[in-house]
Amino acid sequence: MSKNIWVSFSVIVPGVLAIYLISGVRPDIIFKSIIVSAFGSIYGITETLTKSIPLMLCGIGLSAAFKSSIWNIGAEGQLLMGAVGATWIALYVIPNAPRLILLTVMFLSGAIFGALWAFVPAILKIKFNLNEIIISLMMNYIAIEFVNYLVYGPWRSPFEWGFPYSTKFPLNAQIPRFLDTRIHYPTLLLALFLAVFVHILLKRSKLGYEIKVIGENMEAAKYAGLNISRIIVVILLLSGGLAGLAGVGEVAGIHHRLRVASGISPGYGYTAIIVAWLGKLNPLLIIPVSLLFGGLLVGGDSIQVSLGLPGATINFINGLVLIFVMAQGFSNNRIFIKKGRNRV
Amino acid sequence: MNLIVDILRAAIPAGTPLLLGTLGEIYVERSGILNLGVEGIMIMGAVTAFGVTTLTSNVWLGIFASTITGGMMALIHAFDCVTLKANQTLSGLALTMLGSGLSGLIGKRYIGMPLSSKLQNVPLKGLVNIPVIGPVLFDQDPLVYISYILAFLFWFFLFNTRFGITLRSVGESPEVADSAGINIPAIQYFAVFLGGIMSGLGGAYLSVAYAPVWIEGMTAGTGWIVLAITIFSLWRPERAILGSYLFGGVRVLQYRLQPLGISPNILNMMPFVFTILVLMIASREISKKRIGAPASLGVSYQREKTL
Repeated sequence: MSKNIWVSFSVIVPGVLAIYLISGVRPDIIFKSIIVSAFGSIYGITETLTKSIPLMLCGIGLSAAFKSSIWNIGAEGQLLMGAVGATWIALYVIPNAPRLILLTVMFLSGAIFGALWAFVPAILKIKFNLNEIIISLMMNYIAIEFVNYLVYGPWRSPFEWGFPYSTKFPLNAQIPRFLDTRIHYPTLLLALFLAVFVHILLKRSKLGYEIKVIGENMEAAKYAGLNISRIIVVILLLSGGLAGLAGVGEVAGIHHRLRVASGISPGYGYTAIIVAWLGKLNPLLIIPVSLLFGGLLVGGDSIQVSLGLPGATINFINGLVLIFVMAQGFSNNRIFIKKGRNRV
Repeated sequence: MNLIVDILRAAIPAGTPLLLGTLGEIYVERSGILNLGVEGIMIMGAVTAFGVTTLTSNVWLGIFASTITGGMMALIHAFDCVTLKANQTLSGLALTMLGSGLSGLIGKRYIGMPLSSKLQNVPLKGLVNIPVIGPVLFDQDPLVYISYILAFLFWFFLFNTRFGITLRSVGESPEVADSAGINIPAIQYFAVFLGGIMSGLGGAYLSVAYAPVWIEGMTAGTGWIVLAITIFSLWRPERAILGSYLFGGVRVLQYRLQPLGISPNILNMMPFVFTILVLMIASREISKKRIGAPASLGVSYQREKTL
């Protein structure tokens, strides 16, 4: 425990000091500004809730992957491909369908696109023994360029004064929001439902048991006769699909169009990695942690505007938090690597 | 012919940050540690080199400072992995996030600023007149020449010295190395530190020689490609040269193809698609030759408890 505190302090104190020395803005002012903007007003709270939705969806999927020691770092790309999948349905496949059908098909399509994007690292891990970390990361960069290609190229709308936007979604393809907030509550309800569902899946099902066994010792799982390849594919499809749903929520709930990748996601897929670990890979715990990080993102926007700090400040804080989490895991013996070796 | 020389000549500077980073990461992974923080260390190296060069108007001081920053960043990773035996993947990712955030914070004031003194090309007299090879290899800036020497030294030390054998044995079978009396943590700390220096240097090359400007997030995946080339090189410095310049060539093609009207977004995908293809080829080779990653890569070594 004492070691735990020591390690945490050795990270947080110099980190906060660094922000102060570089930007000249006092840390207490930064933190106050973040907290007030994220949780200090009704508007702030609704924005926090809005931004927590994609974190929740991605984080839930990642927790299943990380539990089985499968390092899906590709939630960002899977989210973006989910956005593409939804846009495709909304603008080009059945734009005139009734709302319920259209939205359902968009969510399904987004999940499939996200899952397919995650299938690439899965199949390469199985067939070529390639490390899923590097492949899923490469797929992020490819997805970012692909989305930008679409909005600058074939999908660019002629009606948006030259902005790199797709055409606006038809009304029936827009997810309803709660009153005049930006909370697209059907996505939020979906996320909450999936949190419970995945929690039960991990705790009660055969798959959940297999995930646990693989996560603890891949070699032993092989000897025990588990079909590792099948489980790797299932887990990556699941976490990719959930990230894809997050992408649907962003384009159909918030933007109502496809736009450049950085406009759709300020790095939700990466932040969700921290969310998953801070939530101890427990889908139910991920709900409150997502709210916390949703707030951090809202605060990040606010300190850019009010204090003139660069957006990267939040990445820095995120990095600090991740190191902090790791130090915690160290003292709890939770995030130990003893098991299964990293493959090529 | 001239076009080929032209492309090859441009491929070398484009591949140099990759080569510097990969040489370092080969040593890190040979010691059994996986450092996924290369991207974060590189971007910190880039911003440090740019900042210190701007402050002092001396590009070599900037480059030197980037190696210090790189080394320091890497020590965080070494502390996590060697001392705390924490999760190496998580520590590397944290380092990358930390680096991308901190560099954005530091670099804000340098955005759009021209560099006061950049690294100039210095053609090597005599050598530059050799047909083809001369202009390609010997009409470059000093850091490229240094990278040639470093590549040789990294190869030489890894395969021809006692230190090299020690390093390889630590990554291959730490139990044996331990029982032979090798100080494993010391070797690993040193390798990770050296890797950080090299990544810092690679980042510096981007901001004071290749670009030379500061753009937030300017490494744009270079550090991740370094990790891929490390695998492609089969953890051998001499193959890292081939891999790095191959990717340098892809980067050059990316710019040369732009005027042909291909979408720049599609061209930007090229290095990443190419990475995946190259890794697939390397993996076939690895399974055929029955060689592979250092056996204990990514697994923190713990002595069996005798209690």
